[in-house]
Amino acid sequence: MNIGRRDFFKIASVGALTCSGAQPALAEPRRELSPKAIGILYDATLCIGCKSCEVACKKRNNKSKVHSEIEEFYGVEMAWDSARDLDANTMNKIKLYKNGTGEVKDRETDGFSFIKRACMHCVDPDCISACPVSALTKDPVTGIVKYDIDACCGCRYCQVACPYLIPKFEYDKAFPQLVKCELCRHVVSDGGLPGCCEFCPTGASIFGPVRALLEEAKKRLSMSEGETYDFPIATVDAEHRTVRPVSKYVNYVYGEKEGGGTQYIMLSGVPFQKLGLPALPDHSSASLSEGVQHTIYKGMILPIALLAGLSFLTYRSTKKDEKSD
Amino acid sequence: MSSRTINGILEGQRLTNLEEHSVSRRDFLKFCTAMAATMGLPLGMANVIASALESAKRPPVIWLHYQECTGCTESLLRSTHPAIEHLVLDLISLDYSETLSVAAGHNVEEALHKSLEENAGKFILVVEGSIPTNEGGIYCKIGGRTALDLVKDIGGKAAAIVAIGSCASWGGVQSSHPNPTGAKGVAEILSDKTVINLPGCPASPYNLLSVILYYLTLGKLPELDPMGRPIFAYGRLIHENCERRPHFDAGRFVTDFGDEGHRLGWCLYKIGCKGPETHANCPIQLYGDVGANAWPVGTGHPCFGCTEKGVGFTKPVHQQASVFNVTPPATFPDIVEEKTSGGFTIGGAAIAGAAAGAALAAGIKITKNMPSSEEKES
Repeated sequence: MNIGRRDFFKIASVGALTCSGAQPALAEPRRELSPKAIGILYDATLCIGCKSCEVACKKRNNKSKVHSEIEEFYGVEMAWDSARDLDANTMNKIKLYKNGTGEVKDRETDGFSFIKRACMHCVDPDCISACPVSALTKDPVTGIVKYDIDACCGCRYCQVACPYLIPKFEYDKAFPQLVKCELCRHVVSDGGLPGCCEFCPTGASIFGPVRALLEEAKKRLSMSEGETYDFPIATVDAEHRTVRPVSKYVNYVYGEKEGGGTQYIMLSGVPFQKLGLPALPDHSSASLSEGVQHTIYKGMILPIALLAGLSFLTYRSTKKDEKSD
Repeated sequence: MSSRTINGILEGQRLTNLEEHSVSRRDFLKFCTAMAATMGLPLGMANVIASALESAKRPPVIWLHYQECTGCTESLLRSTHPAIEHLVLDLISLDYSETLSVAAGHNVEEALHKSLEENAGKFILVVEGSIPTNEGGIYCKIGGRTALDLVKDIGGKAAAIVAIGSCASWGGVQSSHPNPTGAKGVAEILSDKTVINLPGCPASPYNLLSVILYYLTLGKLPELDPMGRPIFAYGRLIHENCERRPHFDAGRFVTDFGDEGHRLGWCLYKIGCKGPETHANCPIQLYGDVGANAWPVGTGHPCFGCTEKGVGFTKPVHQQASVFNVTPPATFPDIVEEKTSGGFTIGGAAIAGAAAGAALAAGIKITKNMPSSEEKES
């Protein structure tokens, strides 16, 4: 074949232009939040680090206590909270930000803050976009990002795609599956609450419709430090409430816009990037990559045009060869 | 109380023989040991306390009552190990106490004035109850004088001042909003003097006893925290020594009175326990000398926060406490965790190394063989 180096670059640049030149235009309109979408509001200023949510999460999802180095240290047998990070046995983890002397809660310098990490249940999830076999799906009503073991092929593209590094894989099992928070959907469907929200003593994690949670979060941000407020416990519209002074918040609701929005939203007194939450654009990576893909393959026009062009070039060069022969 | 003891108080006599008051030497030493432990002193100090008790001249004590319920005196009278009323009353010379004096009216007021004249600058003043300050303090008067006037007068002459109970320490229940009498603690009235605060509702009698014994034994006042409370008794949060703490750490909370968790003795934080923000030795010292669990949390009621200004009588009973942590514990994972497992292990590295070595050796062998095979072809 006689495609010269020059010709090769010509063809390649056409492809590159198709992909890069039209970036914003190609980003698909993002998926909208379902009106009945449910989620969690985590308020780090209310969290006391009791790890009640971790225990409740494991019990509700049939995850086990594990042996760890904590046992020797504390003289206990098996612990619920010994995992140092999210893993195949841990869908929910309280982590600690500490700076300097770590004296004051919810302060960036010489302070500390807890943060609860779990699946964010994105409005437009990258993991679903990356999944080649639809093992991960988004419930059209509740918006819960669900996992189906029977469909999963074990490629773990979702792990790479997730901007929050949430999905974990059971590497140590003969028949492994993916593990991530599914918002206790087996309980929520019957009107129950996710374990973390039901057992949180302070109302740091509350469950409810995402729209109501966003409203609640913004109400808290609008209040001034020291003002007292009746914080709901377990659910956003709970009758059980507890009076507390409002802490100083970072004036931002994390998850309202991140990667197209999430159904697990957060408030904190310490900047979110310090708590290990990435700064993300307003649209999901999936909206961009899918936009590019869908444009290229729309009606198969571009692939056919490319094939036609390549065929022509091949035909022309073979003709030249025949003539010269 | 035996009539002999009352006579002892009234006459101000020094009692040298404890057996006379049905306290055996063995019981006495046991008491001294227990007190040394309460004060956080080494056990060897028990003998020093014993000799201090036997040899020291009984210091005169003037005990004043203002706006209060007399609960602190009542709880002190009910301390029993061993026969504490004998020891307390024989240990000190209680020159004036409205509750315990047999005499009344002009007689007892006369005794007060006499003691003040004789012992100026030498006596221990114990104040129980808050002092009203509104309208010139007219809400509490004794012998025609206001509490405010009395406390300033007598407090100015005292060698040491002890405010017993939450009322005397910072105003207590009377200082709660709207505080119609303008109730204040002793330390606020006598701001230029060192006042030892022993808050509690009622204050643990053993904390008072320990302060007095500390003073008699070592000749100085115990170390105080910024709120004027002795460190040995109020140095730690209730939460730190609570018998229900493991339930807090494991996330097992009572959500309602009488629920399963409540019957099983779980943590009371969720229903408003103020242990995480209240400093006191209640979980260790307990109350009433009746054995284990004899303190509010032990009986299943959330801590009320009575020893902490701004908590007890101020925060609603079932409002959740702010968890006060000096530094967060080290058992939480960091935001970015270093992988301690799942990465390279020594065994894994050895196997990988062996495999790489084998591959390299095979490669060399093949390369060496290649020219010879070409030669064969040609």
